[in-house]
Amino acid sequence: MKVTEKDVLYVADLANLELTPEERTRMLRDLNSILEYVDRLNELDTDGVPPMAQVSDRYGVTEKKGTAKFEYAMRADELGECLDRKLALANAPDSDGAFFKVPKVIER
Amino acid sequence: MDLNSLTVASTVNAIRERQMTATALAEDFYRRIEAKDGEIHAFLTLSKERALAAATKVDALAAKGDPLPPLAGLPMAIKDVMVTRGLRTTAGSKILENYIPPYDCTAVARLEAAGVVMLGKTNCDEFAMGSSTENSAYGPVRNPRDKSRVPGGSSGGSAAAVAAGFAVASLGSDTGGSIRQPASFCGVVGLMPTYGRVSRYGLIAFASSLDHIGPFTRTVKDAALLLGIIAGRDPLDSTSADVPVPDYAAEIEKPVRGMKIGVPKEYFTEGMDAEVRTAVEDAIQLLAAKAGCEVVPISLPHTPYAIPSYYLVATAEASSNLARYDGVRYGHRSPKSSTLSEMYRRSRDEGFGPEVKRRIMLGTYALSAGYYDAYYLKAQKVRTLLTRDFEEAFAEVDAIITPTSPTPAFKIGEKVDDPLSMYLADIFTVTADLVGVPGMSIPCGNSREGLPIGMQIMAQHFDESTLFRLGHAYEQARAA
Repeated sequence: MKVTEKDVLYVADLANLELTPEERTRMLRDLNSILEYVDRLNELDTDGVPPMAQVSDRYGVTEKKGTAKFEYAMRADELGECLDRKLALANAPDSDGAFFKVPKVIER
Repeated sequence: MDLNSLTVASTVNAIRERQMTATALAEDFYRRIEAKDGEIHAFLTLSKERALAAATKVDALAAKGDPLPPLAGLPMAIKDVMVTRGLRTTAGSKILENYIPPYDCTAVARLEAAGVVMLGKTNCDEFAMGSSTENSAYGPVRNPRDKSRVPGGSSGGSAAAVAAGFAVASLGSDTGGSIRQPASFCGVVGLMPTYGRVSRYGLIAFASSLDHIGPFTRTVKDAALLLGIIAGRDPLDSTSADVPVPDYAAEIEKPVRGMKIGVPKEYFTEGMDAEVRTAVEDAIQLLAAKAGCEVVPISLPHTPYAIPSYYLVATAEASSNLARYDGVRYGHRSPKSSTLSEMYRRSRDEGFGPEVKRRIMLGTYALSAGYYDAYYLKAQKVRTLLTRDFEEAFAEVDAIITPTSPTPAFKIGEKVDDPLSMYLADIFTVTADLVGVPGMSIPCGNSREGLPIGMQIMAQHFDESTLFRLGHAYEQARAA
């Protein structure tokens, strides 16, 4: 699967990265080189093999099934400690003391 | 006071016995850091106020004769991907150059509650993406054993700090090998615990199903002592396992006679560095001859597919995790933006380095409509196949020993222009991350040029005890 310049622009758009023209050229080369290497996964027959998203899906609780397996990770839906507003805004690039301020949203 | 020979146990004992004060020790380390870290660049931020406050507290308890917490006065360094309340945390990136976290990483909080004196935050590859620490936005780290060479990555600063005598121990993180490989390159012990053994709360996320926190130490016993403090269920991390934490240090002397060590042929490939092969094979033979272990040849047939699988899973997860760096609530915001969209795109392009952008692009591509099945889903299926390899192996053996890295430390600049060549440096470490098993790198010799070589021991999920027992037995056999 060869990546084209159009693909690079499309993916950069999805990833919200504004690449410079030099970056785009370099990216085209690098992505193609990596994807060519990664293509060897197709040597393997994975029909009927379940995908593995998360290691801890297999931990300890083998007797339980489905959501019961993750009971230990649940807590009661109760309000706990919240981050103090001043602390939450302390790193804000721009703020009015109550909200984070950002440039206007333009309808595309 | 030889700062280079202190261990966790000897430091804690000396402070408890009042042979030295925590304050004097911290000051000794800072003097050494100030004199010598200019050449190494292990640290990004020093936390003198916090360190001396912690040391003072320990000394006050000791003066009164009160019982001390288990690691009282221990000077440690923390990789800058773990947040520290009120103390700048950068993840090695310009996008977080001035970020001051409002909370502590659980692992750090547990160490500080145990009396650890945190000396500072260490340099690393940006967002933990790299195998040499050359991707740090703040400049590389030099290997204390040979300053023309890399310390490994991404936890290069933390490994170098211990190797250079700037801390007794340190914390790093490992997603594809970032604790074990730098441990191997710098000649120290590096432990990656089982996935979920240590909470990831406060670890700046790279790949959520692959990230681990673990210690760098001088001895295997030190790693066992530290794991005992940081391990255990944390309600703030839903992926932290609800599995009891054994007394690792107490079990470490249990004999390993009769333990079966699996040696997988796929990790002793043609073209690998001959000195690495010899050093690791000799180490395995030493365990057989002196410690009574049985060596069993095994096969992990899907090993050649681990790197491609890793670079799809990890980058896909990273593209999602790094979406939060948008200039809105914290971090760099581009001054050159007048619309929201420009703000997102320019802040990210200005703040991220080239390797981070490369991985975000690769991950986004692998997840995009039309490619998800061929790439991300395929990689996840291969992850299952790799896990089966290990399950079958562990039905026959108790532990698996391999080289940690195909080569000793390479020269600074040697691999920066070829991303793929850099990725292949992780070839022996990525499988453990994908499968979730624990792995530890232990120094097992030097090359003719004096460069450290590490061997990697892997064990079953939550069987860190086996790692510690075997590692400790090896250290004893080697010293005998």
